[in-house]
Amino acid sequence: MQQAPMTEGQVLKIMEKYNNDPQQLIAVLLDIQEASGSNYVDEKWAALAARVLDVPLSKIYDILTFYAMFSTKPRGEYVIEICRSTPCHFTEAEEVVSWFEKVLGIKMGETTLDKKFTLSRTCCVGACDVGPVAKIGDEVYGDLTLEKVNTLVRSYREGLPSFREALACQN
Amino acid sequence: MSKLKTLITEGAGSIRPTEVEDYMNVGGYNGLKKAVTMTPEEIIGEVKKSQLLGRGGAAYPAGKKWEHLLHIDIFPKYIVCNADEGEPGTFKDKLLMGKLPLRVIEGITIAGYVFGAKAGYIYVRGEYRKIQRVLKEAIMHAKGAGFLGKNILGRGFDFDIHVISGAGAYVCGENSALLNSTEGKVGRPRIKPPHLAEVGLFLQPTLVNNVESFASIPAIVEGGGSTYCEYGTPDSGGTKLVCLSGHVNNRSTYEVPLGLTLRELIYDPELGNGIPNGKRLKFFHLGGQSGPIGGPDQLDTPYTYKGLSSNGLSVGSGAVVVMNEDVSILEYLKGVTEFFLHESCGKCVPCREGNKQIYKILCRLATPGAPEPDDLNMLRRLVDTMISASFCGLGQSAAVALNTAWKIFKDEFEINAKPQALGHAAA
Repeated sequence: MQQAPMTEGQVLKIMEKYNNDPQQLIAVLLDIQEASGSNYVDEKWAALAARVLDVPLSKIYDILTFYAMFSTKPRGEYVIEICRSTPCHFTEAEEVVSWFEKVLGIKMGETTLDKKFTLSRTCCVGACDVGPVAKIGDEVYGDLTLEKVNTLVRSYREGLPSFREALACQN
Repeated sequence: MSKLKTLITEGAGSIRPTEVEDYMNVGGYNGLKKAVTMTPEEIIGEVKKSQLLGRGGAAYPAGKKWEHLLHIDIFPKYIVCNADEGEPGTFKDKLLMGKLPLRVIEGITIAGYVFGAKAGYIYVRGEYRKIQRVLKEAIMHAKGAGFLGKNILGRGFDFDIHVISGAGAYVCGENSALLNSTEGKVGRPRIKPPHLAEVGLFLQPTLVNNVESFASIPAIVEGGGSTYCEYGTPDSGGTKLVCLSGHVNNRSTYEVPLGLTLRELIYDPELGNGIPNGKRLKFFHLGGQSGPIGGPDQLDTPYTYKGLSSNGLSVGSGAVVVMNEDVSILEYLKGVTEFFLHESCGKCVPCREGNKQIYKILCRLATPGAPEPDDLNMLRRLVDTMISASFCGLGQSAAVALNTAWKIFKDEFEINAKPQALGHAAA
């Protein structure tokens, strides 16, 4: 189920949680992105944060474009990030990309029509002991096989958390 | 006798990570309890005796760093733990923070005591969101047990630790960039001098150490620096967490005494246990993407700071990425360069443009008929320029893998290059 769009009240509450402290800007923006339901920071909320925290909007744009985890454009509810660093790449990460592309019916970098999934690449997520890996939200899934990819996509699509909990790496 | 040690990993996986009681059952907080009966000078004396070299990658002597900060008479001072573990092939700090967060916290707290600091920060990479929650819970429990917060151990010493999240930027692992990011700014590096011990977080004197360095402090204080040092070799004291990944049977993190050979790390049944599918080793990549590449001839090098550096190698973060005979060195280096191309912050020209041009040349060298006449010479110049003229450690080390691999796999570099390209390229 798609989340309801974020409200101004929610964004203000996130900033309050951090005492409206401009030093906490990165944490604030990460929380806004997470709560957006579409994994991005809308210009409207960036402008609100600039006003409340009393920092220039350009500084917020600087941060949103500097750090790889941020997006200024809407993405899927779940961003599937495939590690492309060498330990994963040379343990067949490209094959994992092709499995996800096939199962989701999209190409790398694209979002599914139902706005559920975006497929992207990431640098090392510190799980090289179980490469090739994919990171979805806060969870990392390792030693991927076509079967695991199928199960994962199904469990996220149908909202079956027990499946993905069983597959996720500890820590 | 087992080659594995549990000097700093005692309890990992066997105790509940965030419970103070469990942690104390494996010797937890003995270090801090002893520390508060010692003077800062005495503690730093032990750290110096331990020969602990910075475990994040730069291998700077911890005792020297601590002594420098102690002699600066400006307050407040800050303690910062670099937990931006972003070197591909490295996942040891994740193990420490996820399974033994209280040991890291204890080490930071001892530093807080030594420098009379009131606040410490653990800067954790954004990708480790779950670890951040574990750390926050452990901090809360430590406070509840009187090991953090007000009047620690009844000694009238106040200290608190905050967890800060990164948001996906490898360059923030560079200490000055990390401090900028902790302040809520973009994480571009600062110019040095001034040293961070003089002008660090919020422009105040600051200690920045890696997770594993801090986790080693309780053992150093409790057992004494000399005892810690004896685990390793006289010039490379203690143990090191080593991360084996790539084409090796047992991919995992191991705590080993410094002084084993690379061959033992990769082939010992208790450690890497060799290469899967009966393949042969082609090369290994040490210390992350910014580290050197070595070949089979170097397998008998002792894994110590000195042993490796005298063979053109280095410990770095502790990553050991093993690659088998099927891997093309040019394809591998393309991957490494693509990583730096993505992670370069863009502040200085040698790094921003150098990585781009190196990537283009590597692509041509990997394709028959594609190389241009001057490619190898240009590659040489780009590598030299980046190493000597980049602003920070990222750019200075981005071409290290290429530079070291070039010496070993000269033929693969030259196989597609046109004859006239081979002129003056001194690899």
